[in-house]
Amino acid sequence: MIFSLLITGAPYSSQSVATAYQFAREALQQGHTIHRVFFYADAVHTGSALATPPQDEMHIPDEWQQLASDNQLDLVVCIAAAVRRGVLDDGEAKRHEKNGGNLKDNYHLSGLGQLVEAAMVSDRMMTFAP
Amino acid sequence: MSQIKKSFLLINRQAPYGSSAARDALDVALTASVFEQDISLLFLADGVFQLLQNHQPQGIRQKNLSANLAALPMYDIDQIFVSATAMQARGLTKDQLSLPAELLDDQQIAALISRHDQVMSF
Repeated sequence: MIFSLLITGAPYSSQSVATAYQFAREALQQGHTIHRVFFYADAVHTGSALATPPQDEMHIPDEWQQLASDNQLDLVVCIAAAVRRGVLDDGEAKRHEKNGGNLKDNYHLSGLGQLVEAAMVSDRMMTFAP
Repeated sequence: MSQIKKSFLLINRQAPYGSSAARDALDVALTASVFEQDISLLFLADGVFQLLQNHQPQGIRQKNLSANLAALPMYDIDQIFVSATAMQARGLTKDQLSLPAELLDDQQIAALISRHDQVMSF
């Protein structure tokens, strides 16, 4: 089955990003496809390269990044939600005259069209809300 | 791409201004409409407050959501459903709503969810 994931909860504040990760890992293990993971609303903080959780806690941004790199996952961070909350890639940082971008590798900023397209081509869109 | 047409159900569960959820869901609805998808909105729990008339969010420096809601028919989004249970629990009646909406009981809501291709929840 082809899944896409919509995540709206903030990492560490809500369980939603971590649960979505467990779901994605298990789905891939069972042979399913993840067409896209869309980080929306407070979930955009998952894409921050500056997140520094204590070492004995799950590093949510890193774990997603690793899963994406192992499985060629498309991690899309909603650009409007991200820029508003201070998660910028280098291009946006330059455009908005900020010192530097902080979007992690393997994540990229794009618009809501990516969410809608994912829903159109996937069998199931799973929502992980706070 | 645009030849794919699916039915989308967007579920709104949260009050209009306590979080970004209401506006986030609306933005998805408008985007899906640009992609010419078939869109329904369902308002559950505190989400029913989104449909009340005369929002005055200026005092908390928020933009008024009602203007965006009023624009939905222009995007051909006119399938709007409301939980009768949620309305009743909050002492609300249909004439207090800003948009024409169909009240559904819990069983009808289950049927509504199951007949859509994709469901997203906010």
